[in-house]
Amino acid sequence: MISNTIEKVLPDKKQELNNDAVLQTKGLTIGYSHTVAVNNISISIPERRITAIIGPSGCGKSTLLRSFNRMNDFIPEVNLKGQVMYRGIDIYEKNVDPVEVRRKIGMVFQKPNPFPKSIFENVSWGPLINGFRKDIHERVEQSLRRAALWDEVKDRLNHSALTLSGGQQQRLCIARALAMEPEVILMDEPCSALDPVSTAHIEDLMFELKQNYTIVIVTHNMQQASRVSKFTAFFDAGNLVEFGETKNIFTLPQHKRTEDYVTGRFG
Amino acid sequence: MTTQNLTRRHRVANLFHGFCFTVAWTGVVILGILLFHVTGEGLHWLDLQFLNDFPSRFPEKAGIRSALFGTLWLISLTATISIPLGVGAAIYLEEYAPKNSFTRFIDLNISNLAGVPSIVYGMLGLVIFVRLFDLDRSVLAGSMTMSLLILPIIIIASRESLRGVPSTLRQAAFALGATRWQTIYSHVLPAALPGILTGFILALSRAIGETAPLIMIGALTYVAFIPEGPMDEFTTLPIQIFNWASRPQKDFHELAAAGILVLLIVLLFMNSFAVYIRHWLERKI
Repeated sequence: MISNTIEKVLPDKKQELNNDAVLQTKGLTIGYSHTVAVNNISISIPERRITAIIGPSGCGKSTLLRSFNRMNDFIPEVNLKGQVMYRGIDIYEKNVDPVEVRRKIGMVFQKPNPFPKSIFENVSWGPLINGFRKDIHERVEQSLRRAALWDEVKDRLNHSALTLSGGQQQRLCIARALAMEPEVILMDEPCSALDPVSTAHIEDLMFELKQNYTIVIVTHNMQQASRVSKFTAFFDAGNLVEFGETKNIFTLPQHKRTEDYVTGRFG
Repeated sequence: MTTQNLTRRHRVANLFHGFCFTVAWTGVVILGILLFHVTGEGLHWLDLQFLNDFPSRFPEKAGIRSALFGTLWLISLTATISIPLGVGAAIYLEEYAPKNSFTRFIDLNISNLAGVPSIVYGMLGLVIFVRLFDLDRSVLAGSMTMSLLILPIIIIASRESLRGVPSTLRQAAFALGATRWQTIYSHVLPAALPGILTGFILALSRAIGETAPLIMIGALTYVAFIPEGPMDEFTTLPIQIFNWASRPQKDFHELAAAGILVLLIVLLFMNSFAVYIRHWLERKI
């Protein structure tokens, strides 16, 4: 449904969009009952790039990320003002179905959370419930290959996903998201529960994926942000302090606060 | 000073350990005594004739055929009515309902209903199902009354179990563009099923042993046939046991003991079946 609307809206809206932004917020403010988590943010996420969101704990970066595919809807007492535009459509408008949004914008969570089912079912479930009627085996294999997991699991697709190691589970979660053929993948500290080797695996994978997908990653790990991302946004206390090319943020920060954070003086 | 303190702390810890041990075994010992007593009295009455014959005023001809089948009818119907209602209510309250003062009010009421004496449900059943719905003293009226009685238990156990399903599992499903129902059906319910099953068993075990509400709706009669449909009259094991136990002759007391044994065996079967299913489900995951 959303894709139909996109076709209709795109031609005349295209000029308005900043360069090649896939996701764009305008004056976005998100609050929980009494506190403001994200304060008047306007940011554009460029297509087929990795954008990192960094900042100290509680600065609102996860809240912002979760607003991109309406995962905040499940938190009671959350209120949102402003706009989140996906391809020029405000995903918070009344006629937009959040289920449709999440088909286009996938998510990988902080802790690997595979379904307690077989490896195969973990990947096939998303397409199947969304009416995929072609060769599901092919889709599963393709997704697992893209997530660089196929060779490790091809002989045991019927085993429980819980028998995999933490890093493999996280790559399975990425494969699961890829099986939906999303345009954007949101990653909420995807490596914080993993060891360095598994982390390196995931980072390599992200380099591969950025050819075809737009990736937004929230991370606590500044080395990770500087290694993988093209753009970096630095958040502090709900405010967007600085947003720009990663190399500039890390080498020539414009704000004192950014410099203090990236050099490890706080956070 | 510190070591003294440590010895004291160890002593307290051991005391508590002992206390818990005693409490845990008290239940087992009491059950053992009961079983020993009942077996001693009733075992020699327990044979095929006892299972196969209808009640009689001659002890040697008396059997529990109608009571046994009545109980099976009652439990099957009660399960059919109460399980969908209870699980449905639990899913609504846990997964759909907003957390506001109205749902908190419902919460409180369900917890209260779980503590209402069963005879009160019997009166409710008599007034509503037997009289108002004109179901008479049928198995259906009995099952509906029993369903009311055990619904709170099923709802509370199911909710507890649904609440135990990690929210990360729900989020994973939602993030794949699943609707709420797809999420519940494919992931939340299977994960919660072992706990929900435990709730069924607790609830149905209670229903199988209840007597008061059934006496209230008029099931305490001489029934010399097996119910063939939900509208037939019925009797159940606990009622038959009560009936025999209230007679003066010793033989009938022993028949009551034999009836208790049958009731316990039926319960044991039900429970082991549920444990088996639970085990099977958990292994599948």
